[in-house]
Amino acid sequence: MTLLVGKHTRAIVQGITGNQGAFHTRLMIDYGTQIVAGVTPGKGGTVSQGVPVFDTVASALEKTDANASIIFVPAPFAKEAGMEAIDAGLNPVVIITEMIPARDSMVLMAYAREHGATIVGPNTPGVITPGEAKLGIMPGDVFAPGGIGLASRSGTLTYEIASYLTHAGIGQSTCLGIGGDPVTGLNFVDVLKMFRDDKSTNAVVLIGEIGGSAEEDAASYIAETHYPKPVAAYVAGRAAPPGKRMGHAGAIITGTEGTADAKMKRFREVGVLVAEVPSELPRLLQQQRTAVVQH
Amino acid sequence: MKLFEYESKSLAQNLGINTPRGGLASTPDEARDIHKRIGGEVVIKAQVLVAGRGKAGGIKFGSKPEETRDRASEILSMTIKGEKVKKVLIEQKLNIKKELFGSIVLDRANKCQTVLASDQGGIDIEDVAKQSPEKILHHRIDPVFGMRGYDARQVGLKLGYTGQRLNSLTDLLSNLYRLSVIYDAELVESNPLVETNEGKFVTADLRLIVDDNSLFRHPEFQERAKEVSSEVTPLEAKARENGLAFVELDGDIGIMGNGAGLVMATLDMVNHYGGKPANFCDVGGGANAEHVATALQIIQGDPKVNRIFVNILAGITRCDEVAKGIVDVKKVVGLKKPLVVRMQGTNFEEGKKILNSIGITTLEKMDEAAQLVVGSKVA
Repeated sequence: MTLLVGKHTRAIVQGITGNQGAFHTRLMIDYGTQIVAGVTPGKGGTVSQGVPVFDTVASALEKTDANASIIFVPAPFAKEAGMEAIDAGLNPVVIITEMIPARDSMVLMAYAREHGATIVGPNTPGVITPGEAKLGIMPGDVFAPGGIGLASRSGTLTYEIASYLTHAGIGQSTCLGIGGDPVTGLNFVDVLKMFRDDKSTNAVVLIGEIGGSAEEDAASYIAETHYPKPVAAYVAGRAAPPGKRMGHAGAIITGTEGTADAKMKRFREVGVLVAEVPSELPRLLQQQRTAVVQH
Repeated sequence: MKLFEYESKSLAQNLGINTPRGGLASTPDEARDIHKRIGGEVVIKAQVLVAGRGKAGGIKFGSKPEETRDRASEILSMTIKGEKVKKVLIEQKLNIKKELFGSIVLDRANKCQTVLASDQGGIDIEDVAKQSPEKILHHRIDPVFGMRGYDARQVGLKLGYTGQRLNSLTDLLSNLYRLSVIYDAELVESNPLVETNEGKFVTADLRLIVDDNSLFRHPEFQERAKEVSSEVTPLEAKARENGLAFVELDGDIGIMGNGAGLVMATLDMVNHYGGKPANFCDVGGGANAEHVATALQIIQGDPKVNRIFVNILAGITRCDEVAKGIVDVKKVVGLKKPLVVRMQGTNFEEGKKILNSIGITTLEKMDEAAQLVVGSKVA
């Protein structure tokens, strides 16, 4: 089984004619992703990166058999772009756009829930199934096929950690960014459920950061469900001062809540292997594997 | 963007939300005159963006205008948690029957807004939240349909109100919600929300935080957003003007990287090896040479920085652009502090060549680079 994206994915790029949209469409195609159409209002009938461009998602679906979307449109238009994709039945919908107002994200996520659509992001590097396809802006060459399911709140840090794993000979089943915003579609708990049911995933890596309670919620879920697969984690931002937004809209310690230390402690309490520095993760996963074999 | 109490209250008044009668003063004499105008006893409140001003002595009372002038003078000379007090709000002292707490927060986990309310309002609300969380009630608001009258009534009922008082409190909560919608607030909070002896509900204090990501659709805040907030250090203000995500810290190792998560992890790693970061600086994805040069100049201009760690894992960003930015700084103003550069990813060979040509060696591994910059031995 391939999670979220794979060879079966036939994606529409919303915002295909913008700088980022065009550039990453090219890279996604080069990686082997099927990009069947692009959408930019007012540019219907043109071609971008060898892909036909339409004015609306609905008109793109009259001519193609797309089943997923990736969105690059500017923040003020992202909510409607997401709704348009959901209305057309596309699933998943990956939203790369950052700086979307929280109110727009709340409404969009409610709409997605109503329609049973999966939203990845916003403010995400996207999703990759190494060796098959990617809907995202991540550099494909740091990933390799294998058994680790990886979910993260950050972009570059995901690439950093994926490259450690790949260099250590530990491949990945699916890697995805849940997004750096306060309100996102998938959260860690949703992703843990997916990885639990995915036969190609045998261990999970979570990359958290300060702010919110996504990590604490994941820890509670792991404990309550006696999560059947090993989980390792790294939480960024131990050195972050309270009350300051560290780059991501969602990365802020409010009061005494959301600190990296509290999140790491909570993970340890439920048996998650916690890395002090990102480069420790491959060793933790290898030790885990050896321990399992010895049992 | 945090608004001052007086700003939040002026927006609230436009929606018919009860606030105490009062006025804003920048000088002790103005404070005295406001007291003369409103009469009775007054409260003098420091206008700062940091929380906890009450415990810091930023709220005082005046029974006569002359006393108000003296108290205002004291508060106007205060600095609260690093923030200089520039204005005081002079307000009539309310006849308090009960102090409530009412807020509408962005509930990240539930992807909606949630009303938090309690009948134990006042300056100790954080202790209440910690010690008896059951005393704070939560009521989620549907993000599509918004707060309905009965949502607010349920909250009022749970706080123990009936009859006319229930209706008044319901109106107030509904209006606080409208305030949050109109101004895209990630937080609207009234603490205390006062029930007066006369049976009115008044927002004795009011805080409003506007979602920064929504500022593009709020022309009314355009000028306000440009003002340098006292929460931001001059260095942070300069960096942010130049489009950098920047937070000043108190160490001596300047940090520049691409991607918020990576930069946070860089700070952690520097700390882990015993160093102290001087800042968080994210140049973002796809930064060009000019942007990198600006960032580097801002970091090396900080007198407490004595060495700099540049950590680039290039995806959209290109290592050669980063390298060109560093070369530009060397040419134009010179490299003033020792530099450790870690580079990997897109166009890394070109980047390395460019930097080697000006005598800078690059490392590929983040761990090694962090240890080198901290001064520990490279493993």
